[in-house]
Amino acid sequence: MSNEQIIINTQAGTLNKKKKETMIKITWRRFVRNRLAVIGLITLSVITLAAIFAPTLATYDPTEQELLNKLAAPSSEHFLGTDDLGRDIYSRLLYGARVSLMVGFVSVSFAVIIGMIYGAVAGYYGGIIDNIMMRFVDVVIAFPLLFLLITVVTILKPSVFNIIAVLALLSWTGTARLVRGQFLSLKEREFTDAVRVIGASDFRIIFLHLLPNALAPVIVAATLGMGGMILTESGLSFLGLGVQPPTASWGNMLQGAQNFTVMLTAWWYPFFPGLMILITVLSLNFVGDGLRDALDPRLKD
Amino acid sequence: MAEKLLEVNQVKKYFTIQSGFLQRTIGFNKAVDNVSFYINRGETFGIVGESGCGKSTTGKMITRLYEPTEGQILFEGNDISHLSQKELRKFRREIQMVFQDPYASLNPRKRIGILLEEPYKIHNIYSEKERRGKVEELLEIVGLNADHYDRYPHEFSGGQRQRIGIARALTLRPKLIVADEPVSALDVSIQSQILNLMKKLQKDFHLTYIFISHDLSVVKHISDRIGVMYLGKMVEIAEKKDLYQDPLHPYTQSLLSAVPVPNPKVKKERIILQGDVPSAVNPPKGCVFHTRCPKVMAQCKQEVPTLQEYKPKHYVACHLYS
Repeated sequence: MSNEQIIINTQAGTLNKKKKETMIKITWRRFVRNRLAVIGLITLSVITLAAIFAPTLATYDPTEQELLNKLAAPSSEHFLGTDDLGRDIYSRLLYGARVSLMVGFVSVSFAVIIGMIYGAVAGYYGGIIDNIMMRFVDVVIAFPLLFLLITVVTILKPSVFNIIAVLALLSWTGTARLVRGQFLSLKEREFTDAVRVIGASDFRIIFLHLLPNALAPVIVAATLGMGGMILTESGLSFLGLGVQPPTASWGNMLQGAQNFTVMLTAWWYPFFPGLMILITVLSLNFVGDGLRDALDPRLKD
Repeated sequence: MAEKLLEVNQVKKYFTIQSGFLQRTIGFNKAVDNVSFYINRGETFGIVGESGCGKSTTGKMITRLYEPTEGQILFEGNDISHLSQKELRKFRREIQMVFQDPYASLNPRKRIGILLEEPYKIHNIYSEKERRGKVEELLEIVGLNADHYDRYPHEFSGGQRQRIGIARALTLRPKLIVADEPVSALDVSIQSQILNLMKKLQKDFHLTYIFISHDLSVVKHISDRIGVMYLGKMVEIAEKKDLYQDPLHPYTQSLLSAVPVPNPKVKKERIILQGDVPSAVNPPKGCVFHTRCPKVMAQCKQEVPTLQEYKPKHYVACHLYS
């Protein structure tokens, strides 16, 4: 190989390296620098994996009752003890994670999709359309969420699907406002005019050009919002209006432990579900904070 | 031989000022008020004026980013001022635009190649395989490298970004390019590179330019004919030489007197205007320039002067010459 070829090849090499430095990589590098966020992400991954592999990891059937062995303390047989019906708390926590995480994830996903499209349309078209659409958002926000949830769930019968639907239908407003604000500023940027001049349709401009640029704060809000969703589901289940037993969820496990004597004599029963909720929501918040810093375009390095 | 490519006839753009829940109109911003001019095929028409005079709005009406409130814009004899969405799409291939801020005009999340292939995708030109080759060819034409196809905008300097902006304007092989302050965001040393590139492309691709700028020396460098705007009105249009040697309108005279001369021994008489530019929401009656004009007459406060041919190919809107 002649010298010239070598030079050309090394140039191509550096170019290739540059090429791979995508937005995602840059974001990842910044995210990793935040220690709490990384811990949060690892914790969440562990919990998610545990939920997915619950059937293999569980040592007992989560609904199997051992009435003779109720409120047993943690032991080698029952890692985290048993509840007031003699069910294995460790196994129920694993299955409960499935419900809690799914409710959080699915309801946030729906809320974000609805909110993004709604906010994008309002912000992009502006004027009277925006005004009417955003006043409707104000109306939705003015609903007292928890009371409406309780009412709807009482009428419709509590089920996982109903809870997800109600949570999603009432919590898209935050995303809608966020995306609308982004669009108001993005549509005035020159690159919007630039794609319009080449003949792009409104649909193309909104979804292929502006939305990807409005995504960063939405991802952050969604991560933080998921914690709130999990908390709301737990709250509802605690009140007996959420996921119905015998299906385990972290919230309805807490409900079983409401009894004062149970709390005093069998601390492990309310403690572990409560701890799981705390850890999960905290991790989500750490990850959300980490993402916010990592996705902030102002912090360039 | 001078064939008119574009004709702008008494075009107005009033932006409505709205407020309240029902968005009631409470006033108009007369950004462009009764402007007429024409552009010959193959020439460069410069539009100068200070910020807020409506030069960018005029450019955006020609590219149909804005719909004119009134008046006609004829492109090759066809009225384009009120096209439907579908007709507009087809027409977009004829007129393209180069933007002012190269940092804001490229979508930061798209690779250069994707950005430049998009016009082909939208208009369904070339097969998917051919597109990459065409884009790489274009990148080299504007002085970049075919390797730049996979890079993101943030990896480029301002001058390189403006080259990408120019490449994008060329993708559809337009007949007319509206360049809205294409070099004002760049360093002076880069400015001349970009201007020379534009001149070269004009020859190679038989382009016609509308060159909008507030920088008189840049406009002088590139234009064949120049129009001077003030507060939404075209006050003077002339060939370049004629305008710089014999400016007729008092506003043009004062503008030209403000251009710095590199020779310190030359003493120039500066005509300094008093006061500020009036608001376009509530422009002065009569001639819009009368509040600041050093040669103001009684007539100016009452009658609006029209653009008239005072000398061959030299138009001016001023009562001094009627």
